[in-house]
Amino acid sequence: MRRLVLAIYSLLIVVPLVVIVGGSFKTTADLFASPFGPPTRPTLDNYVTILAKQDLLRVLGNSILVVAVSVPVTLLLGSLVAFAVARLPRWPSRILFGIFALGLAVPAQAVMIPQYVQFDRLGLRNSLTGLMLVNVVVTLPVAVFILAGFMRTLPVELFEAAEIDGAGSWAAYRRIAVPVSAPSLAATAIFLVVMHWNDLLYPLLFIDDPAKRTLPLALLDFQGEYLTEYPLLFTGVVVASLPMVLAYAFLQRHFVAGITAGAVKG
Amino acid sequence: MRSSRALYLFAAPALALYGGFFLLPAVQGLRYATTDWDGYSPAFHDVGAANLTDVVTDDDLFRHALTNNLKFLLVVVLGQTALALLLAVLLAARSRGSTWLRALFFLPTVLSSVSVAFIWKFVYDPNFGLANAVLRGVGLGRFESAYLGNEGTAILWVAVAQIWFHAGQMMVVYIAGINQIPGELYDAARTDGAGRWQQFRHVTWPMIAPATALVVAYTTLQSFKAFDLILGLAGNPPRSSLDVLATRIYSTFANSQLGYAAAESIVFMVAIALVTFLQNRAARVAHG
Repeated sequence: MRRLVLAIYSLLIVVPLVVIVGGSFKTTADLFASPFGPPTRPTLDNYVTILAKQDLLRVLGNSILVVAVSVPVTLLLGSLVAFAVARLPRWPSRILFGIFALGLAVPAQAVMIPQYVQFDRLGLRNSLTGLMLVNVVVTLPVAVFILAGFMRTLPVELFEAAEIDGAGSWAAYRRIAVPVSAPSLAATAIFLVVMHWNDLLYPLLFIDDPAKRTLPLALLDFQGEYLTEYPLLFTGVVVASLPMVLAYAFLQRHFVAGITAGAVKG
Repeated sequence: MRSSRALYLFAAPALALYGGFFLLPAVQGLRYATTDWDGYSPAFHDVGAANLTDVVTDDDLFRHALTNNLKFLLVVVLGQTALALLLAVLLAARSRGSTWLRALFFLPTVLSSVSVAFIWKFVYDPNFGLANAVLRGVGLGRFESAYLGNEGTAILWVAVAQIWFHAGQMMVVYIAGINQIPGELYDAARTDGAGRWQQFRHVTWPMIAPATALVVAYTTLQSFKAFDLILGLAGNPPRSSLDVLATRIYSTFANSQLGYAAAESIVFMVAIALVTFLQNRAARVAHG
């Protein structure tokens, strides 16, 4: 019974994924002739088409850039707040934390419209800088939540010892809090990477210029263009997913910890 | 107190960004909601509470989206929680095989919503799709269906895709919960002659109540706010049979009815607050 359930669910996960990957090497006719079978005449045409026509390398670069900037900035700002939350006296700490906790309760859809207007006025719309900024802003609450949750459990003496030695708060943050929080920083980082890499809402709202699209947005555009040209859509899925899937394969435990921490707190 | 001042400085940059680009627009949204602004015209009118009353009392599309939200929520919360629990119970004990399967079941979570949407678009394709092909293959061809093509039930098939997407994530939460149960409880239950089902019913289930509360709470919020996956399956602009509140708001906004969309957002937020509140009440009642 146990084996049967697990086998069925494994198939439910594996079969669609195998069909997608296999399909990306097939022509449309081949796919419809035998969706399950291995490609009879494997072709890289879909990859060539997509990389050439869709400017996919550029799109990939945009996604990488956005993640590479917004994740470290969010981590830095979030960990500074978390440190303040852990070290401030009771009430200021609660208020500071409460302000950020508010952001967890408010869904993006409730803020995105005025944000759109604001970013438009500031000339930050249709720019990767704007996208990075909004990424940082919307994920700060989760980062603060996870990191403060961790830093509050650290013994006060740890920081006090550093501060008494005349080191000051900055040194206590940099030399004690950051190294000690490494595991929770790593978990937060992974959560943020996955979230920013896969985000569709803000690129959809903020980006009009095709040259500034990120992967999920470019992928969504394929659908309009190729409609039921599944092999091309599949190729897009493979290209967009490969970086995360590879990272997951190597850093499995950290991925699970990160995404789960984000889920639990966010 | 010197150090306190330094701590405020630490928090200042984050507070400035978050205050300026999140809290401030959140408040501005309330203002837009009382106007008929299209988003770019210099002139617009103050319409007071007209938008809000329209949304609540006189908007069939919005109501349809809300109904879809509730159907989706119900199926995802019940289905995902049950599935996550089942998988967690089966995989909680560490062994080579279970480690592999856990990794496999978690895998969809790292994909992007748009990727997952495309995968399921193909599964559900009425002509070439996997689902119908499998049904034909096992001789159940008479159950072939148009899935996303059926007005009333399309959203339920999206719910299935959502469960496939995130059940592994919730399974992990459950596994963590199960692994915290002291082994002696099971030993005691076994000495009392409890079978596997009784062990589950009298030890596992009560001991993982906190995990269940967490899974249900998170799944509820996540499914109520679902946007990317649904948009990916519905296409852009989204097809209305798949509309939920989040995609409805997006459509209104993309349709240059910014003031009205802001009003819809407010109702959406209140709905979320209400769902969360009811759920907390339910959880408290359930815990006695």
